[in-house]
Amino acid sequence: MSRAGHPDNAGGMIARHPATKRALLRRIAPFLLLPLGGCNWVVMSPAGDVAMQQRDLILISTALMLLIIIPVMAMTIWFAWKYREKAKAEDYDPEWDHSTSLELLIWSAPLLIIIALGAVTWSSTHLLDPYRPLDRVDHARKVDPTAKPLQVEVVAMDWKWVFIYPELGIATVNELAAPVDRPIAFKITSSSIMNSFFVPALAGQIYAMPGMQTVLHAVANKPGNYEGFSANYSGAGFSNMRFRFHAMDQAGFDRWVAKVKASGATLDRATYVKLEQPSEKVPPMYFSGVEPKLFHAALNMCVQPGKKCMDAVMMTDSMGGAGKESAHDVEGLRHDGTIDVGGFHPVEPGKKGEIAQPAGMTPAAKRTPAAQGKQAPGQQDGDGHGGGHAGHEGM
Amino acid sequence: MSPSPASENSGIWKLIFGRLDWSSLPLHEPIVVGTFLMVMLGGLVVVAGITKYKLWGMLWNDWFTTVDHKRIGIMYMILGLIMFVRGFADAVMMRLQQAMAFNGSEGYLNAHHYDQIFTAHGVIMIFFVAMPMITGIMNYIVPLQIGARDVSFPFLNNFSFWMTTAGAVIVMMSLFVGEFARTGWLAYPPLSGIAYSPGVGVDYYIWGLQIAGIGTLLSGVNLIATIVKMRAPGMNMMKLPVFTWTSLCANVLIVAAFPVLTAVLALLSLDRYVGTAFFTNDMGGNPMMYVNLIWIWGHPEVYILILPLFGVFSEVTATFSNKRLFGYSSMVYATIVIALLSYLVWLHHFFTMGSGASVNSFFGITTMVISIPTGAKLFNWLFTMYRGRIRFDLPMMWTVAFMLTFTVGGMTGVLLAVPPADFVLHNSLFLIAHFHNVIIGGVLFGLFAAINYWWPKAFGFTLDTKWGKRSFWLWVVGFWFAFMPLYILGLMGVTRRMRVFDDPSLQIWFQIAAFGALMIAAGIACMFVQFAVSIINREKLRDTTGDPWNGRTLEWATSSPPPDYNFAFTPVIHDNDAWADMKKRGYQRPLSGYEAIHMPSNTGTGIIIAGLSIAFSVGMIWYMWWLAGLSFVGILAVAIGHTFNYKRDFYIPKDVVERTEGERTALLAAKG
Repeated sequence: MSRAGHPDNAGGMIARHPATKRALLRRIAPFLLLPLGGCNWVVMSPAGDVAMQQRDLILISTALMLLIIIPVMAMTIWFAWKYREKAKAEDYDPEWDHSTSLELLIWSAPLLIIIALGAVTWSSTHLLDPYRPLDRVDHARKVDPTAKPLQVEVVAMDWKWVFIYPELGIATVNELAAPVDRPIAFKITSSSIMNSFFVPALAGQIYAMPGMQTVLHAVANKPGNYEGFSANYSGAGFSNMRFRFHAMDQAGFDRWVAKVKASGATLDRATYVKLEQPSEKVPPMYFSGVEPKLFHAALNMCVQPGKKCMDAVMMTDSMGGAGKESAHDVEGLRHDGTIDVGGFHPVEPGKKGEIAQPAGMTPAAKRTPAAQGKQAPGQQDGDGHGGGHAGHEGM
Repeated sequence: MSPSPASENSGIWKLIFGRLDWSSLPLHEPIVVGTFLMVMLGGLVVVAGITKYKLWGMLWNDWFTTVDHKRIGIMYMILGLIMFVRGFADAVMMRLQQAMAFNGSEGYLNAHHYDQIFTAHGVIMIFFVAMPMITGIMNYIVPLQIGARDVSFPFLNNFSFWMTTAGAVIVMMSLFVGEFARTGWLAYPPLSGIAYSPGVGVDYYIWGLQIAGIGTLLSGVNLIATIVKMRAPGMNMMKLPVFTWTSLCANVLIVAAFPVLTAVLALLSLDRYVGTAFFTNDMGGNPMMYVNLIWIWGHPEVYILILPLFGVFSEVTATFSNKRLFGYSSMVYATIVIALLSYLVWLHHFFTMGSGASVNSFFGITTMVISIPTGAKLFNWLFTMYRGRIRFDLPMMWTVAFMLTFTVGGMTGVLLAVPPADFVLHNSLFLIAHFHNVIIGGVLFGLFAAINYWWPKAFGFTLDTKWGKRSFWLWVVGFWFAFMPLYILGLMGVTRRMRVFDDPSLQIWFQIAAFGALMIAAGIACMFVQFAVSIINREKLRDTTGDPWNGRTLEWATSSPPPDYNFAFTPVIHDNDAWADMKKRGYQRPLSGYEAIHMPSNTGTGIIIAGLSIAFSVGMIWYMWWLAGLSFVGILAVAIGHTFNYKRDFYIPKDVVERTEGERTALLAAKG
């Protein structure tokens, strides 16, 4: 509570000193507004420049539309009252049903608003395109063209988030950190189900889709501990698919990196495959090392042994395909069904019709060896093919 | 809970029952078991009552097999109202769960149950509440408004109704046998694929919608043909009542859009049943294609829902303002423009899927452009009220409530159409508030206006005003209580479909929303009381004129309820307010010269095919291939058999027409 707003303090003073009363009001005002525009309306008071511009856009668009909405609502009430039957309005005219000038007005007024809003939309959509690298840190500062943005690779899993920092060689689960005022470049994918990567305080969301990569550029301006989550329903554990985003000063970030590096664990393929299995409310995990090209394998759905990378498959296809001989060699192409979502018995590739067990909050059932995908003879470890980076990007 | 008799996995069991076994019954869910017992008890009471009063014959002959568009319209409304109770029960369960699940509490629903509830809520409200009620109103009113004796294809109409009902039955079955989809109402893959949803839920979803979709599509074809071919002489297209115009556009949208839904669900079925890879992550499939396709149906669907109600508001505003509709042709063109544009906006449902900025801007701007004709419509209603003498009967009250509510929903919709704004609001409770704002404020308020407006036409007595007003105020105020908090929560960054929450400061808003939902529940209760009270007091509320509101369009020219043949003589039309025009020019009802009237005969084929379709779907859902095969053959056989039915029509004899019209003459004379 505000000290100034305490009633015992204020009561006497108000009566005697009008000037004090005004000063008091000025000090109380923010607290009165709290329930309306308060600090916890994160979309309305974000901590990152991108989200801030998106907030401004909401306000501008709303103001533009209110130009027409308010008169319409006022006219509705006014006409409803003025022309109610009892009022016996004298200008009643049951045959009056046309006026060219009014028609022009009622079509052109919304048209003008939409032209204005359309212009705002066109420019802002291009400026705030999540794929577009940032050129400003905030409304006053440009991005230093020589500095590289912080690279973060994001994998949405059932139901947790993996963050890989390729330049730092570290990875975390359900905890994201970045220095303030340094642009961050996210590359985002998912291991099985479609999710949406969203830190409202930082920037707008973008879908995280299996086998596909989306991109998001953002920057945090205020240090703090913010909430991040999946904004696209992805199954039983979706509600708890949350992480914290820590925006810190450079020194704080360096300390955080050191802390992660001290963990001693390595995120290699085996760990990834284990991690991929559905789990909920996973506490933050740190990895001081990451197997090289793990994100590439995650994106191309070939972390599990025996799975062919999607980019390699597409490369083969573009070269004319693998020929008739490969017709039966499809195990490596099956990426679905290797993850046991929602506590179901895993469905073996090619075998349908398992009876669903109610998932509820039961932990994921043990996976059968069949679902691990046996390595077919003569099949290379998928990632070995190389090929172009990043499967198909989101559209 | 896993009673697993040894038989369940044996070959013979599987051959007969597919994947159905004792564990498919949700005996572990006390809520479901309780509901089941209540439904069974209620069902038994109804069946016993029907049997006791020997009503089966009447039901079968006069209702189930009827091809009368009016009776079919009423059956659609009953179906919609029943399903509305189910859909609303789901809504209340969600609101309670979200109001409770804070501070480490898991609430009272586990994920398996909760995820089915929000999926079922969306599916039921759109497909089995809004669609049947809209089809019901169109079915009842359109032929009357254009002076026709029935729709173009009366048997098809009966068949469409029963297919829609079959879809509803399939969805309801999932509540007690097996489970419903846990995917959200549009069942995005890969979540809805066989790999991640191997249970029967998605299959219930697919077959429920496919079967109902056949009904919807055919009723669209039927109404288009009716409006195009069966208008009374003199009624050219620019003399069509506005409601019929909006119905025409909505049905064109149905015919153009529903096949897309059918196709995309068929592709999903292929993925699930035969192992194709259209929407899988593997083998070259791509879920993004599904998302595009389903919204290419889904966005026009929104306008299928709202356009006929725009027509209702036009009729109501003109009638209760005692004035011609302002800007008739502007209204018609606005409707057509909305119908066309509704095909160019689907991508705004997924700006966040990573399209380029130019693509996103294009779809954002086309979306905003729709608000221009919509805005023009609102102004036209306003200027219809302007210089009018407005009677605030219930239909007009709902219309004014609509105008005030819908504008807010429209504004937030345009806001969501700005892609960068959508990036922070997409999938949030702000979005939920927005579309409930337009669907409740537009579609439901419109349906309530329509029910209060046309009830006297269908039953010959008006609806009770006192309970109607109670329902109105509870609904309108309850709506704002239920959905304003959701707008706010959306701005707090809260996303949809959450079951439990971390941040305790959010709870108060969910509690306010739950309070609003309870107010709406009271509003719904008042509506049913309104129906009951009106039926009990029907003699007091009786309208013998057939025109209780001083109506303007043809449906008010005939008696209430209209005779089976609607009009003894086909009227000749000179004005778009045909009946107002006739009244103005001193129309005299002809009292002689009646002739026998050619009418279509009732048939049981529709309900039989629909029943077989349910059996087919059960076979497909539970992998009882023999059942699916047999019922499919049965469907074909009955359909072919129906083509050999030569007892398709009959004549209402001249003396029956004379007697019916004579009774009306007496009633009108008694009225003075």
